[in-house]
Amino acid sequence: MSLLDSSLWEVIKASFSPEIWKDLVAPVGETLYMTVISSIIVLIFGIILGIFLTLTCPDGLLPLKAPYITAGWIINILRSLPQMVMIILMIPVARLIFGKSYGTNACIIAIAASCIPMYARIVESSLLEIGKGKIEAAKSIGSTNFQIITKVILPETLPGLIRGFTVAVITVISMTALAGMFGAGGIGDIAVRFGYQRFQHDRLFACVYILIILVQITQGIGNLISNKILRTRNLV
Amino acid sequence: MSYLEIKNLQKKFIVHGEPLEVLKGIDLDVNQGEIYGIIGFSGAGKSTLARCINRLESSDAGSIMVGGVDILSLDKKALLQERRKIGMVFQNFNLFDSRTVYRNIAYPLEISDFPKDQIKERVLETAKLVGLSDKLDAYPGGLSGGQKQRVGIARALVNKPELLISDEATSALDPQTTIQILDLLKEINRKSGITILMITHELDAIRYSCNRMAVLEEGTIIEQGSVAGIFNNPKSRTGALFARVFEEFQNISLTEGAGI
Repeated sequence: MSLLDSSLWEVIKASFSPEIWKDLVAPVGETLYMTVISSIIVLIFGIILGIFLTLTCPDGLLPLKAPYITAGWIINILRSLPQMVMIILMIPVARLIFGKSYGTNACIIAIAASCIPMYARIVESSLLEIGKGKIEAAKSIGSTNFQIITKVILPETLPGLIRGFTVAVITVISMTALAGMFGAGGIGDIAVRFGYQRFQHDRLFACVYILIILVQITQGIGNLISNKILRTRNLV
Repeated sequence: MSYLEIKNLQKKFIVHGEPLEVLKGIDLDVNQGEIYGIIGFSGAGKSTLARCINRLESSDAGSIMVGGVDILSLDKKALLQERRKIGMVFQNFNLFDSRTVYRNIAYPLEISDFPKDQIKERVLETAKLVGLSDKLDAYPGGLSGGQKQRVGIARALVNKPELLISDEATSALDPQTTIQILDLLKEINRKSGITILMITHELDAIRYSCNRMAVLEEGTIIEQGSVAGIFNNPKSRTGALFARVFEEFQNISLTEGAGI
């Protein structure tokens, strides 16, 4: 059903019909798959890169000028590429790794390349928020740098890291939708093929609902966990 | 017998491209088992001096001996070991908000090679010493300033260090809590014979706790000796100023104060 020949109300009503939703089960699965795998990759590498930046920055525990500046440059370069350009750019890389340049797994590479640098910056700014005094206290007790990171900095900044991760996951979700245009499947694929190319606006609307729900759930879980931690620690 | 011996300690910072001499040759002798006070106005170099002792801050020249160990010559690994023998208490407590009181106190044991099965016993013993036995499961976020500082002291003491550096430990506390914390430090000093270096801008804290003290002014120790001697017969400007401020406060009656 299209907005071209039907009223908005009819399209909205049609967008809840079972046949439309039946066709969405597989795409939602693909979107969730892409989101979960990409988010895990983003989480792991983003944290590692963020720790590296905090560690090597001029005021850090282990100042290393050249590696810090190099990492900063790479991150800035990757972050200056729009998501769509990144997807196109990663096509040859995906072909190199998976042997094919389209599909869900191929897009995960592009999503990771785009979102890891973003989350790394969020991690960096979260980690830098820790009071310098706490690090000094940890040092005065005789902690090694590794102990300061794992036992002090990461646990202390956990609520901020979780809130930042929520932002990253939401960006991943939006990018999976975009990736649908480039053969990744998922909800974005449905939205483009049916909503854009065939004017089937009822299907487009259904995609919109799902994306809204996904983002709401993600944000809700993120807020819930970080608030729970803050409340446990008596910080709110 | 001197426990902490500092000779000709110098420290320069570069501020906006200009060298700023913060410590201009500090000489200090602190005896084993005493509570030694260092007083000075803000910017006198007190905290820098404190932080040089366990090398949180590097120093440019001089020597620091703590219990016969030359701190400035230690390599990285030995320094970590040595830091575990020097407790430090801070003005802002610097507790770990992610850990309960119990785990804050246990932290120094966790990171050292202290036997795991003895951690609990030691933590409970230390918590009892500072009067926190009923707060072990609380998080620092829910504690009062005085309680937080007790956790800070317990965390500094749990390793059984021989030297405790108190960097403005009572400066963020109200007068009543200050007295309680000072009493606690005195009690710990009496019980364990730990040497305490009390760095502060509060005259009362030093008068209350120390026998000997030094006056730090613009990176130099301009006066040192017995607390009574410096109070009654200050030779330096800062010493005289502190003594005068103290006297003026004593002389202000409540009615006069209200009129200002």
